[in-house]
Amino acid sequence: MKAKVWGCRGSLASPGPETVAFGGNTSCVQLELADGTPVVLDAGTGIRLLGLELARLPRRPIHVILTHLHLDHLEGLGFFVPLWEPGVEIHLWGPASPVDTLQERIAKYLSPPLFPVQLSEVPSNLVFHDLPDEDFALGSARVRAEPVSHRGPTVGLRFEEHGRTLAYIPDHEPYLGAGPDGVDPEWLSGFSLAEGVTVLMHDAQYFEHEYPNHVGWGHSSVNHAVSFAQASEVRKLVLFHHDPLHSDDQLRALETRARALWGPNGHAPELAYEGMKLALDTEVEAHSPA
Amino acid sequence: MAQTAHKSLPLILAREFASNIATPVTVFDEFERLVFFNEPAEQILGQKHAEVGELAPHEWTRLFLVERLDGDPLGLDEMPVGIAHRDRCPAHDTLSFTTQDGSRHEIEVTAFPLLGREDDYYGVVAIFWELRGE
Repeated sequence: MKAKVWGCRGSLASPGPETVAFGGNTSCVQLELADGTPVVLDAGTGIRLLGLELARLPRRPIHVILTHLHLDHLEGLGFFVPLWEPGVEIHLWGPASPVDTLQERIAKYLSPPLFPVQLSEVPSNLVFHDLPDEDFALGSARVRAEPVSHRGPTVGLRFEEHGRTLAYIPDHEPYLGAGPDGVDPEWLSGFSLAEGVTVLMHDAQYFEHEYPNHVGWGHSSVNHAVSFAQASEVRKLVLFHHDPLHSDDQLRALETRARALWGPNGHAPELAYEGMKLALDTEVEAHSPA
Repeated sequence: MAQTAHKSLPLILAREFASNIATPVTVFDEFERLVFFNEPAEQILGQKHAEVGELAPHEWTRLFLVERLDGDPLGLDEMPVGIAHRDRCPAHDTLSFTTQDGSRHEIEVTAFPLLGREDDYYGVVAIFWELRGE
């Protein structure tokens, strides 16, 4: 299993000279499973360039899994090239809602006045799936999707393939209403997704001093992200969902803070950046952004 | 996949909600186990959650003797928690309970089920407060 980050910015796409190193595109991660099944995690603006790459590859069903439908995780879908190719089979997975179907909720964005074209006009073959409560097989991987603490129906994801595991929880506030000290893992949102994984990609939107003004917004401070990862005994933590107001310099400071909180043992936490590649089948590899 | 016992998100959020308010709240899982009660509830129940832990139905009904106000016994199925669990609907009642130290409390209880999509059911939240004397 390999992962590549195409967008790791939270909330709002943030292009510009201050965000070149980590990137300004919103959430999108490509997974390449051992059997070659293409899996896309979230459809933020990062999916635009990924779509161009997938369009050059031999045609096969693509699975796009949406952790939730906030705009920063959905706004790139209309610019995903395979969506506009007749005959391409695209499976769209998302959290169930007690009210509208996944198709109805996506259509709220992919329709006027927010988008010029109706979802019903899309020529590719779209198949909608509510993410099941039980673990399920997707290509050569086992997948678990579980609700996590964020605003609105939101899931985190866990992929397991050949003993290697990746947890992807890009929007998560695990310590809402409680500090990280003394929380029993049994009562910790997202724990069953992250427990013991090879790589955890996790929300770390705020510095500690910023968090008090954003309690309940559904995101983590850097110390909460580190605490959650250590409580879950993950091997490597990749910090994700960067605040759109944070420059590259600020993000480097956030990474330094994460490493100080983590301590000397194990893999030091890293911030996700556009183009970051993680090869879970061999050693976890990551390289600093330019 | 790894499988440490883990609570559902609605129960986790119910617990955090209860932990942050001054109204006595008890939280039950889908098996009617008393899995959490907050500090205001501890003051009335005379027990610390951290000390007693999670309690099966036969344990918590023994720990707190629940009766009607006139002293008639009240089965679990007749309590608001039992009704909310069985019928998947809110329930309200006035009742009394006697704690381990023998103190008797008259309370009002409102219990409501935690329902998910389709047939998902996560448990029951019950709030209660002591009757005020006229």
